[in-house]
Amino acid sequence: MGNVKYRLFHYVVTLAGTLVLTVNMLQWAAADQDPNAFNRLLRPVTERNASPESDGIHDPAGYGAAMLQPPRDAFGTLPKSVSGNYINWSRAIAEQKLNPRYNMNNPEAPPVVLDLNIVREVKGTMPDVVYPHKEHTEWLDCANCHPAIFIPQKGANQISMASILLGEKCGVCHGKVAFPVSECRRCHSKPKDAAAQ
Amino acid sequence: MMIQRIPKSTILCGVAICVLALHSYFNGAEAEYGDVILNEFSDAAGVRPVVFPHWFHRIRFRCKVCHGDLGFAFKAGGNDINMLKIIDGEYCGACHDGSIAWSIENCDLCHSGVPNMPTQVHHSTVQKLITPRSDQSQVERSSAEGTDD
Repeated sequence: MGNVKYRLFHYVVTLAGTLVLTVNMLQWAAADQDPNAFNRLLRPVTERNASPESDGIHDPAGYGAAMLQPPRDAFGTLPKSVSGNYINWSRAIAEQKLNPRYNMNNPEAPPVVLDLNIVREVKGTMPDVVYPHKEHTEWLDCANCHPAIFIPQKGANQISMASILLGEKCGVCHGKVAFPVSECRRCHSKPKDAAAQ
Repeated sequence: MMIQRIPKSTILCGVAICVLALHSYFNGAEAEYGDVILNEFSDAAGVRPVVFPHWFHRIRFRCKVCHGDLGFAFKAGGNDINMLKIIDGEYCGACHDGSIAWSIENCDLCHSGVPNMPTQVHHSTVQKLITPRSDQSQVERSSAEGTDD
C-alpha cells in the first residue's frame, strides 16, 4: 500500500513540476529567446500593476505581501493612461473619480487652486510648453515648488530636458511619481506660431 | 531507504521550481511606478526594508499633505526617519497612529520589502534607462544615491 501511495505522489510531483517548467519555459522562450520578438526590452503588459505578492519587491515571507492592497483593485474605475501607473491622476480628480484629502484630518477641506497657465517658449522644434498651475495646485502647495525648485519670476528658471532626466526641476516629480517624461506632448502642447517659424 | 528511491526527475523538478521561485522573488521589474524602497537603517536593524506605495497614498491624500504639511523632502532616503520619530507623531506617525491609518505595531505592513534592496524609486527615469545587463547593478546603485522621490 505504501508503495502505491509513494508512486502516486511521485507521479503527481513530477507532473506538476513538468507543467510549471513547461509554462515557464514557454514564457521565457517567448519573452527572451525569440530574437525577433516585439517589445523585446519592454515590460510585458501582463506584468503591469502586479499585486504585492508577485511584484518582486515585497517579501512573500512577511504578512504584508498578502495583506496589502493590489493596485488593480484600486485602479478599476480610474481613467487610464499609457505609462507610469497607467492611471491619469489629474483626470481622475477632474472627473471626480478621486477626491484625495487636502488636509490630513479634514476630508472636506478644499484645495487652494490657482488657474494660471505659464507658456515657456522652447528653443528647438518641439511645441512650446504650457505649464498649468491648476492641475499642479490640485495636488501641491505653492511652497512645494516655490522658491526652492522654481523661482517665481518670469525668465528666472533655466530648465533643460537633461536636468529633468537627472531628476531636477520638473524631474523632481515627473519621471518618479507624476507622469513620466516619455509623455512629451502632455507638456509640449502649444504649437509654435506659423509666422515665427 | 526513501532517499535512495526518489528518482532524479523528481529532484530536478524540485530544484527547478525553487530556482523559478527565487527568480521571481528577486525580480523587482513588476513593482508599481513610484514605489519607494527605504532601506537607510532597516537592514542594519534586522528588519525588512520599507516599501512605500505612492499610488496607494495619493488616492487618499494630495501630495501637499505629506510633502508640505508633514515635511517629507522630495528625496527617497532624504528624511532621516526612525521609529522614535514615528511614535512621536512625526512623518509616517502623523497618520499611522491607529486613528487615520493603522498603527505602528503592524511592523510587516511597512517593513514588507525583500531584504537587501537599496533605497530607490521604482521605475524612475534613471531606473528605466535601457542599459546592458552588466551595468544594471551600477544603475541601481546610482539611482539609489541620485533619485528624489
